[in-house]
Amino acid sequence: MNGGDRMATERNKRNKRSDVRESGANERQDGPADTGAGAVRGRRVRSGALSLAVYEQGDPTRPTVLLVHGYPDTHAVWDDVAADLAVDHHVVRYDVRGAGASNSPRTTEEYRLELLARDLFAVADATSPDRPVHVVAHDWGSIQAWEAVTDPRSAERVASYTTLSGPCLDHMGFWLRRRVRRPTPRHLKQLAAQGVHSWYIYLFHLPVLAPAAWRLGLARAWPRVLRDLERVTPRADHPQRTLAGDAARGVRLYRANMLPRLLHPTPRPTAVPVQVITLTDDHYVSPALSEGLEEWAPHLWRRELPATHWSALLEKGTTVARMIREFTAHQEGAPAADALAKARTGRAQGPAGEAAEFAGKLVVITGAGSGIGRATALAFAERGADLALCDLDRDGLDRTAELARLLGAKAETHRVDVSDAAAVQAFAAAVADAQGVPDVVVNNAGIGHSGTFLETTEEEWRRVLDVNLWGVIHGCRAFGALMKERGAGGHIVNLSSAAAYLPSKMLAAYATSKAAVFMLSDCLRAELARDRIGVSTICPGIVNTNITRTTTFSGVDAAEQERRQKKFSGLYARRGFPPEKVAAEILDAVRTGRAVVPVTVEAKAARLVSRLAPGALRLAARLKVG
Amino acid sequence: MSDPRTHHRTGVRAGAGKPPAFPFDAHDLDRFRELQQLAYRCAERTAAWLEPGVTEREAARRLRRELVAEGVQDFFHVPFAWFGDRTAFRHFHTPLQFFATGRRLAEGMSYVLDCAPVVDGYTADIGYAGKVGDNPVWDRIAEDLLEYRELIVRLVRERRTLNEVYAAVDAKIAQHGYDNRHQVYPGRVIGHQVTRMREQRLPAGVNLFGFGVRTLQTLGRELISERLHGRSPLWADGRASRHAPTPGLWAVEPHVGFRDVGLKFEELLVVTEDDAYWLDDDLPHVHRGRALAAAR
Repeated sequence: MNGGDRMATERNKRNKRSDVRESGANERQDGPADTGAGAVRGRRVRSGALSLAVYEQGDPTRPTVLLVHGYPDTHAVWDDVAADLAVDHHVVRYDVRGAGASNSPRTTEEYRLELLARDLFAVADATSPDRPVHVVAHDWGSIQAWEAVTDPRSAERVASYTTLSGPCLDHMGFWLRRRVRRPTPRHLKQLAAQGVHSWYIYLFHLPVLAPAAWRLGLARAWPRVLRDLERVTPRADHPQRTLAGDAARGVRLYRANMLPRLLHPTPRPTAVPVQVITLTDDHYVSPALSEGLEEWAPHLWRRELPATHWSALLEKGTTVARMIREFTAHQEGAPAADALAKARTGRAQGPAGEAAEFAGKLVVITGAGSGIGRATALAFAERGADLALCDLDRDGLDRTAELARLLGAKAETHRVDVSDAAAVQAFAAAVADAQGVPDVVVNNAGIGHSGTFLETTEEEWRRVLDVNLWGVIHGCRAFGALMKERGAGGHIVNLSSAAAYLPSKMLAAYATSKAAVFMLSDCLRAELARDRIGVSTICPGIVNTNITRTTTFSGVDAAEQERRQKKFSGLYARRGFPPEKVAAEILDAVRTGRAVVPVTVEAKAARLVSRLAPGALRLAARLKVG
Repeated sequence: MSDPRTHHRTGVRAGAGKPPAFPFDAHDLDRFRELQQLAYRCAERTAAWLEPGVTEREAARRLRRELVAEGVQDFFHVPFAWFGDRTAFRHFHTPLQFFATGRRLAEGMSYVLDCAPVVDGYTADIGYAGKVGDNPVWDRIAEDLLEYRELIVRLVRERRTLNEVYAAVDAKIAQHGYDNRHQVYPGRVIGHQVTRMREQRLPAGVNLFGFGVRTLQTLGRELISERLHGRSPLWADGRASRHAPTPGLWAVEPHVGFRDVGLKFEELLVVTEDDAYWLDDDLPHVHRGRALAAAR
């Protein structure tokens, strides 16, 4: 600790000597002309006895965005986000006290949140004296920005607040208190999860250990930590050269604030509009921490980004910048972008009052006019999602949309033949245009057909493969590309069938098409894993839906066709497995990312037998069933 | 599996006897109609009295008092009242759950009142669906309910077998996006035959499992005698209903649900040897459905 203090003092001296422009990774972005939007202008701002290094970009007449970094970073962690935002914003960043090119205080006391909040206001006053600023903060930056945002001065100085991975410590104190006092199983689980996420906080409270670790090699190893644990591509300018000193000094942030605030929280509400961007793969902050935030920040927008604590800023800067841009634009008076409008909490209430889990998500479902497609649409609608639906059957489609709207969803309908590549492409383009890129795509449309291999005519083969296989291919191609390009992850659900692994001589074409969908999904899952897009294959058995009433049979006349349709509809109806249960499994697959989901007892049993005794199934395939 | 074609041929009910003649005269039908009107009147009065906070038991008691005040001596079954998701029979596992509970009515809830008064051996069996406050899902179903009413009478007039009519109603429910809730009734019935109860020794007003003892006696006798003719006084989707509609009076009760909202109507269908019609069109759900459709 003494060593850390000495280093800090040395650092202070150097700060006084050096020009801000000497340090900071942003120099390389300057280019020859200092007037471009990307050009970084350095200056120093006094806050109390300290001098802070401040970096400005973009047109100062535009709305000001103030970016606050966390621990153990400097303003450079925002490089990508700042460069993107500078096009239409006045972007201001600064090194917080003790980090980068700013001065470092001497005592732990001087790292208290009140003083950190004072720094933030000092920078805001200096760079945007006449207009309130849009604060965006990450990690410890977010913790200290909460302090500022919940300060009475924020009413005049802060236009909006976007927070990534850093709760208000007082809110967290109440959060802990509530869960300790009401130890329901769910609360205990949340406490345990956050307790495990917080291992480093305990270490940081031990004397000597953490600063020493940073100085004795952790700083050198940091790029590897970022690469291996945080999935951040190594880059030359990151982390900053001052990392070891910044990190060692920054440990005092924890020591000065954690225990006092968590043990004795005070109520800190705010009227500032707040956008919470939850990083779903954060190793340090569990998403449950923002539960109940509405109590403190009633003007709340909730969004999710599939990213780790650091990959959000260092890999997905453009996505984060887009979210910030949508939010600031809306707070400056523009109508809310679609994705943002959905993130507004409020409609996020299910019919029973519980928070809707798919609120703000857009779900595309093909074949939504009946059966499993309709049930899935309604299940998503009930849980807050908005829908883009297609089917060939106009009436059925309209009915599904109407019911979904009665459940509170926004639903758009498109009459689309999924076997037509151009039509599906146009559908995807129309959805992207009107509603945005979907979060979930359910390729459900399919037809039934019964007939032996040789009985089935070429035309029948084509029809079955066109709808059941090509329909899924077209859907995955059109929407998969959009989701990949957006870079915010997602989920694709493909409806296969138990017939995919259960051969039958009577279902040659149908089973073939479904087996192809099964394998297609396996391949696609591998391909999209890097993009955080999950792929689930659903394999229902006998489900009571419309498909039996429209199933075609090879080699029989019209009367016999109708008779068999009736017979199988009756059979399936008596089996009585409702499509709603398949829908429930589909939602669960989206939640858990399960790869293959057999639904119904017979589908599960068949899957088991297909692995244990495939020969038995091959033998059974000779029976005339189906 | 045997060849479905032979299966089909043998499946035709060969033993079904000649259908009985229509057993009622104009006077009987008037008495049935009056009693049905009386029952709906009592249900409407009870509905008007309902307000948030009232329990199912209180509602059922109130309905019984209204009926007794109008001169009802016996019940085919005790009056029922269901509130909220119980109108859609959600989470019903045993028949005991049909009985009124302490569930309280709240703003926006749907409710169903169901009663079956007996006067002079004439029986009515009615179901009255309502809501408290605003409930757009309820409005939508209330409008669609009339489609089932029209579908049923059309198919019975075509003398389609009763299980076929049941399947057609099921298909219509699926098309609408709802689910069949009459399958929760004992025997999955969408309806049952109503006969005039003869003079009986068993006391009136005494019930067993919610059904009047006289009812059970009559129903038991009907079940046996109809069974001998290959017919059933209960109308469901199974093999027992694979026969043309038996001339007489049928209490028909399609009950559909969507999420936590369930609606039904129940009224008497007149089936003669060659025709079928609803005993009365001047009923609350008919007026309401038409008004909703007109307002659309």
